[in-house]
Amino acid sequence: MKWLLFLVSLLWACTAYADTLRLAVTTSFENSGLSEVLLPAIRRDTGIDVQLLVVGTGQALRLGRAGDVDAILVHSRAAEEQFVADGFGTHRREIMYNDFVLIGPSSDVAGVAGQPTILKAFQAVADAEATFVSRGDDSGTHRKELSIWAEAGVSSEAFGRWYLEVGSGMGASLNTASGANAYILADRASWLNFSNKGELELLFSGDPALFNQYSFLPVDPARHAHVNHESALLLETWLTGAVASELINGHSISDQKLFVFNALDRPE
Amino acid sequence: MADIWDGMRAAFWLIVQLDADLMEITLRSLHVSLTALLIACLIALPAGTWLAVRRFRFRRAAIATLNAFMGLPPVVVGLIVYLLLSRDGPFGVFGLLFTPTAMIIAQVIIITPLVMSITHQAMRELWSEYHDLLISLNTSRSQRVRTLLWDGRRALLTAALAGFGRAIGEVGAIMIVGGNIDHVTRVLTTAIALETSKGDFALALGLGFVLIGLSLVISFLTHSLSQTERSGRW
Repeated sequence: MKWLLFLVSLLWACTAYADTLRLAVTTSFENSGLSEVLLPAIRRDTGIDVQLLVVGTGQALRLGRAGDVDAILVHSRAAEEQFVADGFGTHRREIMYNDFVLIGPSSDVAGVAGQPTILKAFQAVADAEATFVSRGDDSGTHRKELSIWAEAGVSSEAFGRWYLEVGSGMGASLNTASGANAYILADRASWLNFSNKGELELLFSGDPALFNQYSFLPVDPARHAHVNHESALLLETWLTGAVASELINGHSISDQKLFVFNALDRPE
Repeated sequence: MADIWDGMRAAFWLIVQLDADLMEITLRSLHVSLTALLIACLIALPAGTWLAVRRFRFRRAAIATLNAFMGLPPVVVGLIVYLLLSRDGPFGVFGLLFTPTAMIIAQVIIITPLVMSITHQAMRELWSEYHDLLISLNTSRSQRVRTLLWDGRRALLTAALAGFGRAIGEVGAIMIVGGNIDHVTRVLTTAIALETSKGDFALALGLGFVLIGLSLVISFLTHSLSQTERSGRW
């Protein structure tokens, strides 16, 4: 009994108490390096110590529903609106957008580079049955990819052996694509920051259908009383303010601008 | 091949420059794994020895189950601990998810069966040697367990090192329950997974070499402290 108490006290001693905010974000936010720019500034201006949980959009929403995080920053509009409608988040605030790009082998066997739209480019990949790597992890990028396939008129039954669903994050999927010399839909930030490019190249980008809106959703304290809602609102004010605007618009990798700040003055 | 050289070079510079982030995550790795090992040993060493000296009805089934649990898949343990500690789960009120404590809990569950099973194997041999002596001395059961634990301490060291090895190299469970939060729950293995996902193989490999080096240092330290493999000793 004595050492049971000892064990319990040992465990408690490891728990950190601090005024912190847990924010579930998508991999692209972290991989782009934007978090390294924003977090120190947030700490300096608001005193909030933001702890990032870098997950896919699906898991981020799940963490928010369970109340394991105080707010989420994700990019999948339909799922976000559902999240708010179900009463898990107080509201949805648009912050910024970046864009998706189609990556593929430099030989471009499917010939996507000259296509006028992303739908045509996807159709070209399907017609050529060129190897394509899909995230397959219910992330925002994965959902985007599936919606493009659907719009392009390629049904999931048409996916043959050329369609590889890897069920991993952006980086791991890019590693697979690099190894298999395959086509893959990625966000621009993760692509530019990815080191193991191999034979891969950016083949298609710029279609407005590839724009990718990021939104901030505080978890509803009415449902989870323990969440740090005060800090979440403070963070939202900061993220939609002038300093954030400057940092987000100014962030670039290899001279390519990654994010465009587009927060409105007041929530919708 | 070039990647492996880059990895070695990265590891070398990280260590030579005493990189602050590296020190932090290395210390956190040690903190989590050693705490988990300590707790696991407090449970597993007496329990494993007890299992060797005690005869009871479902002993065979208990031992078979224990041996099977040695191969407990970490990612499943992680998922179960995650669901238990989540705010939605039964222990959610403690707010332990995504803390080092959660990682320690998961690792205790993973390594306790391993340490216990190795302890039991070693103690069974020793008990067959000591059986007649200890019975004839009319010792109590706790005296027998204590005698075996003390005389078998070198075998127990192996059990503890095996447990430590499994804990320090584990990534599946602690990634899920810890969340790999920078400066909070990031440890060597989760940092390696992160760098691999970024395609930065050199840094990932560098961290990997640091991890292997750490295991070597711990192993050498324990062996020299316990003075095994010396002349005149077994």
